[in-house]
Amino acid sequence: MQKVFARPATLLETGFHFCPGCHHGIVHRLLCEELDRLSLADRAVGVPGVGCGVFLYDYIGIDTCEAPHGRATAVATGIKRVLPQQFVFTYQGDGDLGAIGTAEVIHAANRGENITVIFVNNSVYGMTGGQMAPTTLLGQRTTTSPAGRDCQNDGYPLRLTEMLAPLEGVAFAARVSLHNPAHVKKARRALQQAFETQLEKRGFSFMEFISACPTNWRLTPQQSIAHMEEQMLSVFPLGIYKDTTAGVLQKEGESANAVL
Amino acid sequence: MHMKEQRMMHGSIALAEGAITAGCRYYFGYPITPQNEIPEHLSARLPEVGGVFIQAESEIASINMLLGAAAAGARAMTSSSGPGISLMQEGLSYMAGSELPAVVVNITRLGPGLGGIAACQGDYWQATRGGGHGDYRLIVLAPNSVQEMHDLAIKAFELADQYRNPALILADAILGQMKEPVSFAEPKIKIPAKPWALTGAAGRSPQLIKSLYLADGEMEKHNWRMHEKYRRLQEKECLVEQDLEEHMDILLVSFGSCSRMVNSAVALARSQGYKVGHIRPISLFPFPEAAIRDVSQRVGKVLTVEMNTGQMWDDVRLSAYPGSQCRLMARPGGAIPAPKQILEEIKKFLKVGDLLAKSVR
Repeated sequence: MQKVFARPATLLETGFHFCPGCHHGIVHRLLCEELDRLSLADRAVGVPGVGCGVFLYDYIGIDTCEAPHGRATAVATGIKRVLPQQFVFTYQGDGDLGAIGTAEVIHAANRGENITVIFVNNSVYGMTGGQMAPTTLLGQRTTTSPAGRDCQNDGYPLRLTEMLAPLEGVAFAARVSLHNPAHVKKARRALQQAFETQLEKRGFSFMEFISACPTNWRLTPQQSIAHMEEQMLSVFPLGIYKDTTAGVLQKEGESANAVL
Repeated sequence: MHMKEQRMMHGSIALAEGAITAGCRYYFGYPITPQNEIPEHLSARLPEVGGVFIQAESEIASINMLLGAAAAGARAMTSSSGPGISLMQEGLSYMAGSELPAVVVNITRLGPGLGGIAACQGDYWQATRGGGHGDYRLIVLAPNSVQEMHDLAIKAFELADQYRNPALILADAILGQMKEPVSFAEPKIKIPAKPWALTGAAGRSPQLIKSLYLADGEMEKHNWRMHEKYRRLQEKECLVEQDLEEHMDILLVSFGSCSRMVNSAVALARSQGYKVGHIRPISLFPFPEAAIRDVSQRVGKVLTVEMNTGQMWDDVRLSAYPGSQCRLMARPGGAIPAPKQILEEIKKFLKVGDLLAKSVR
């Protein structure tokens, strides 16, 4: 009998603290599968930002360094420059990376830092209780946009993958979604490419995961899946936005906003 | 650097060379006057010794790159001046909380705000009180010569590693810009093992560097443990220069570039028959409390001379023997107290000596 499915060795045997229907657990699992597949667990250093992802070290059995809010890519830069042979990644949410840490991620990307950024976009501040994020959709109600996000007052959802992909230091940039098993598989394939980008020392690799936050969306897990498909994916189109090995883009669907 | 070589050197360059001698191979920084000679020099020198220089996009990025390099076990440094050091306070708080050793240099300028670029000692409180949020201390060393810019850079790395705590060198535009002869002793640098560093978990359990403690009682335990470290620093690592006489009528206290004017004033006063002593704290944290307490008990009158509105004066008053008369001569905003002016203050104080009087010239 061949065992075809097992808990990744790097995923520690403990329960997640994440809410029901939250997708952080899936991202954690995908990360661990890749760390195992590429035998990276004993040469990886993870840098979680501040938010629901900060407890990465409780679930993934690798060396981990906490970073101040938004500063994970700067911290990872320092680690990677000292340990160029090790595998270094950050794990950041949309508030951490897309608001307070925008300068750090743009400049780490522009320097072509040979690190991988895991960006979990659930369009809301999860840990602090559901405030508006830079990625919050227009009209989306949050605790700080109670009447819905209004572009006149709050601006527009920020598309980080589209912003970063054109930078010359970026070797790989993709946006994937976790709303069904087929897309989880696609996400895994893209993550493999991102990891290999770093291992081949090709430069900065960026992975945006569109994911759900049912608790702060005030939706059930099932309703959240529908919300992702029906509301989020048109604002955040999926696809490989940059792959310096491929030369061509493999974008799903069309978007006037995906400038490359 | 060769043994006992002596060279005429710029203060900032001497500091940068001291850092290289100490084994610092990583520097992250952002331009700001009056300390640009440090990154400029290191951008050329570090690649020569197999190191890495990064010009960061901000001081916020610099301090967090420093955090990362320190977490990976390297000797690393950043430098800046007042406004940039303000931006680094978040990172310094995290580094103190995570017990990460590294060296930060503040070639101070005038403040608050954009202030000005002349020499000033207005960052004393920020340096010695932690500066960022939370219950912590930095190791703070204050050179007063180009030789000490070099030597204290090495000392800062040693203390930072020994106590697993960020160390800050508090100099100013005078010390950063002036030239003096520097002699280089044969370096005996030994970088201690850092078994806590993040290097990948090969052959050992995964390790974690963090400052977040949410479980009941964890944070209090952590704070008390760090407090115990600061107490050990206070007990063992005070650095102080004392220029005392057997009988003294007045004790002067000053630090950094200002102490050079006080040295001249002391010589001038003694030539006129005044019995004067001088204590120069070299470590501002730990502050040499015992030296000031013991000498002030014998002398009774303590005159603090500073290039600010009176910041170290707080520590002098906390340290002085109860009942000592403490007076301040303060020149903020880039003014430098002249030896003759200091002598006038000495004479005035010896005549009257009102308790806790401030004299701002």
